[in-house]
Amino acid sequence: MEKKEKQEFLVGVFDNESKLISAIDTLRAKGLKIHDVYTPYPVHDLDVHLGFKRTRLARAAFLFGITGTTLAIIMQSYMLGFAWPMIIGGKDHIAVPDFVPVTFELTVLCASLGMVATFLISNGLGPGKKALMFDPRSTDDKYVMAIDLGKNSKFTKETIEKMLLDNGVSEQPKTKEV
Amino acid sequence: MQMTSPVREPLVLRQIHDKNRKTTMHDVTNDICRQVEAAPNMRWMMALGISLIVLAYGSYTLYRTWFFGIGEWGLNKTVGWAWDITNFVWWVGIGHAGTLISAVLLLFRQKWRASINRSAEAMTIFAVLCAGSFILMHMGRPWLAHWALPLPNTYGSLWVNFNSPLVWDVFAISTYLTVSAVFWYVGLIPDLATIRERATNPISKFVYGLLSFGWDGSTRTWARYEMVALVLAGLSTPLVLSVHTIVSFDFATSVIPGWHTTIFPPYFVAGAIFSGFAMVLTLMLITRYVFKLEPYITLNHIESMNKIILVTGSIVGIAYITEFFIAWYSGVPYEQYAFINRMFGPYWWAYWSMMSCNVISPQFFWFKAMRRNIYATFALSIVVNIGMWFERFVIIVTSLHRDYLPSSWVMFWPTYVDVGDYLFSFGFFFTCFFLFAKFLPVINMAEVKTILASSDEDASVHYAEEEEHAKEKAH
Repeated sequence: MEKKEKQEFLVGVFDNESKLISAIDTLRAKGLKIHDVYTPYPVHDLDVHLGFKRTRLARAAFLFGITGTTLAIIMQSYMLGFAWPMIIGGKDHIAVPDFVPVTFELTVLCASLGMVATFLISNGLGPGKKALMFDPRSTDDKYVMAIDLGKNSKFTKETIEKMLLDNGVSEQPKTKEV
Repeated sequence: MQMTSPVREPLVLRQIHDKNRKTTMHDVTNDICRQVEAAPNMRWMMALGISLIVLAYGSYTLYRTWFFGIGEWGLNKTVGWAWDITNFVWWVGIGHAGTLISAVLLLFRQKWRASINRSAEAMTIFAVLCAGSFILMHMGRPWLAHWALPLPNTYGSLWVNFNSPLVWDVFAISTYLTVSAVFWYVGLIPDLATIRERATNPISKFVYGLLSFGWDGSTRTWARYEMVALVLAGLSTPLVLSVHTIVSFDFATSVIPGWHTTIFPPYFVAGAIFSGFAMVLTLMLITRYVFKLEPYITLNHIESMNKIILVTGSIVGIAYITEFFIAWYSGVPYEQYAFINRMFGPYWWAYWSMMSCNVISPQFFWFKAMRRNIYATFALSIVVNIGMWFERFVIIVTSLHRDYLPSSWVMFWPTYVDVGDYLFSFGFFFTCFFLFAKFLPVINMAEVKTILASSDEDASVHYAEEEEHAKEKAH
């Protein structure tokens, strides 16, 4: 396999949520491209401040859900209506009201499992996957901003460092090669 | 007239064990990772040891159940369901509180759920597994359990009967178990990553690294995580209601007087939440004491849960009275007899235990002092679960033991195998819970961090003092 070229990142650490948000707004207004921000908990609307697209997972869940509904209806109608029709309690072979509980359960099952699988795949999560950690404290109490120097060639490294320091990072920004 | 709005109680208190200072995010990480990282202590090992002994005894009676058949139980020709299904419904009911806390309270934006949802959900999963174990037990031939599933087969392509509530139950319980487990695990991933980053020894680094799925906490991951949590909560809410509704259909769709009741679904769901919250309280009060989690699981949490117990307990009480009214109003002599027999028949003691434990005991929670009293809460939480066990026993056994034909009237008495199988589920439940409490974070650290900011400092001092005061009184 071809070895990927190393990317150089500048890592800024914040210790306060509001400082982080205002820094993101200022830096983006100045034209700086932020690679990503790593936080210990979901910071409300962080994706909006970073200009990321809204996640479409809910739509995926809906599609998985209706798949489950369809499969459940087909399965029950086929089994009791066509494969081996029996008269049970004088009901129709395809007794629609009786199919509601199983249809509902399979809808929920497919929607949840499908959505969680999509979630794991879209984030590249899975057993044995290695995390790319710019600073391990981002899982504890720090907000870590990573800036890809290769994608911000119109600024020098020193300018970006100065910009970070002016906008409330709590310590000297570090460089990290990935 | 001027009104002063009282300061809302903070969700996270000050560090009452350490200089009474404000709890920071780093404190949250330390406090909750502490027991995961520390070597197992004597108290934990003893607790686990006792659970394992109970489990071992239960495994012996389970062996007798499966090897010699369910004739080992106290069942007879008239009473074909007794302790097995009582225990099954009881455990499923207990499981409901976890989903209620993690899903329904999330939809209602009840932020106090943050510090209790993790262990309540774990409890749900273990309780549903215990419930499932009784389904396997009462089959008598558990190696044929897959016959309950619609699998292709060579018996003339004979399928399961989708008109039967017992088949609905198979789908409901297995979906509930799967979705709860997935919901719980997704919530665990960020916290497992925290432990991974702190781990010092290579084994835990490897294990937690594997379990944390390579979580990095990036913005997109969190945004998707929040969406997953919201949608799963939205799906779990009707799911949890459907599960106990379907469990109640096992009885309600039959023609047995005492079971054939349209009130069952809401009545069972309320009862499930009632007993589930009681079990959460029992476990939570112990966990909070053993792991020194008072800043996170506060008197406010206990009071909120007690309020839910009061409401659902009263709903259950109304349901009991409504059943009686309907039995009388229906004019059906069999129905009327079933209910008179419950109250004054040979199982009167089970009925009155149920009434006093479920209807009278939660009424103490009308008083704030009782709701905020740890000892009263602990005692009542156990009383409520005893009462809810009796409720299922009363519904199942008293409705069955007096048949339409007086010649088949009998009593049901449990054998030691019945009792042992019930102990098996306790051993299993507590073994799982103790393993969970030792090796996984019992509180959702990431979610508690989101509510730290909203914990007002001045109020936090006041309530931390109250917490100290409650402790002093206890000594």
